[in-house]
Amino acid sequence: MIATLLVLAAIFARLSLLAFGGGNSVLPEMQREVVDVHHWMTATDFTSLFALAQAAPGPNMMVTSLIGYRVAGVWGALVATLGIILPSSILTIGTVSFWHRFRDRPWRRHVQAGLVPVTVGLIAATAAVIVVSADSNFLFAAVTAAVTATLLTTKLHPLWLLGAGAGIGVLTGFF
Amino acid sequence: MGFFGVGIIGFGGVLPLARRMIVEQRRWMGAAEFTDLLALCQFLPGGNILNLSVAIGLRFGGLVGALAAITGLMAAPVVIVVLMGMVYARYQDLPLVRGLFAGLAAAAAGLIVATSIKIATPLRRRPLGIGVAVVCFVAIALARLPLLTVMAVMAPVSIAMAWRWRE
Repeated sequence: MIATLLVLAAIFARLSLLAFGGGNSVLPEMQREVVDVHHWMTATDFTSLFALAQAAPGPNMMVTSLIGYRVAGVWGALVATLGIILPSSILTIGTVSFWHRFRDRPWRRHVQAGLVPVTVGLIAATAAVIVVSADSNFLFAAVTAAVTATLLTTKLHPLWLLGAGAGIGVLTGFF
Repeated sequence: MGFFGVGIIGFGGVLPLARRMIVEQRRWMGAAEFTDLLALCQFLPGGNILNLSVAIGLRFGGLVGALAAITGLMAAPVVIVVLMGMVYARYQDLPLVRGLFAGLAAAAAGLIVATSIKIATPLRRRPLGIGVAVVCFVAIALARLPLLTVMAVMAPVSIAMAWRWRE
């Protein structure tokens, strides 16, 4: 139990410091660790937890708490959540007082401009991993395409679309 | 701290809500200062809103303030999501629940596809940037290489290219 908690803490602490561009960029790595390396759950379970976290309130890092809970109960949720929060928070606390000193330096702009394409590639990888796992048939692929098109062309709140997707899913449970 | 309220109502992204509370409702800081702090939080790794709550908490209440802000932001969502996880674990084998989660996952996939298209759009005029993004995508999504390895190689390469060619 303690060993599992330590492994959880180590995984999420590392992800915390690699999450350039926010939590969504580290999802494939999270899946690789949780599904491929440690065999704590299947890829389908992982995607269900990701979907559940999207439908829950709060920051989009909430999937971390769900994975922690699934692997090691309430303590697992606590450890995984602290693991993803603490390292980047400590880095922020250490940096905020220096920020005005390097904010306008050319290197800061180049570093940030250089990290953008990396983040784009990582988030696209997250999308691919989730699509492959979630769209097991034509109907679900159509739901994904419809949600994507709606979000890109309207200002509809995502929660409505998640609700519609869940509703369509429930109907498939009848047939 | 007001971050409690932001955490609990922030479905699908809390950043716009946080801005409204901090800048417009409570007037803790001006719009320019908020944008400046947000730029730092986007520059650093970690969830942007997590970093932002820590930075703002630190500014107004030191380390205790930072702790209060992050706790306020996270406490309710963690409790709620774990309760949802418990319900899911109990009923996940029912056909209706399986269908519900399959549909939810398909819609959530649409959310992340839309996000990735939105953030990729500014790269249109950066051919080198597109190249870097494609290499990162292939390395992570197809080759399933460890993220640490990919970042250790691609982040310096991409930064050096941005520096050299001023993209």
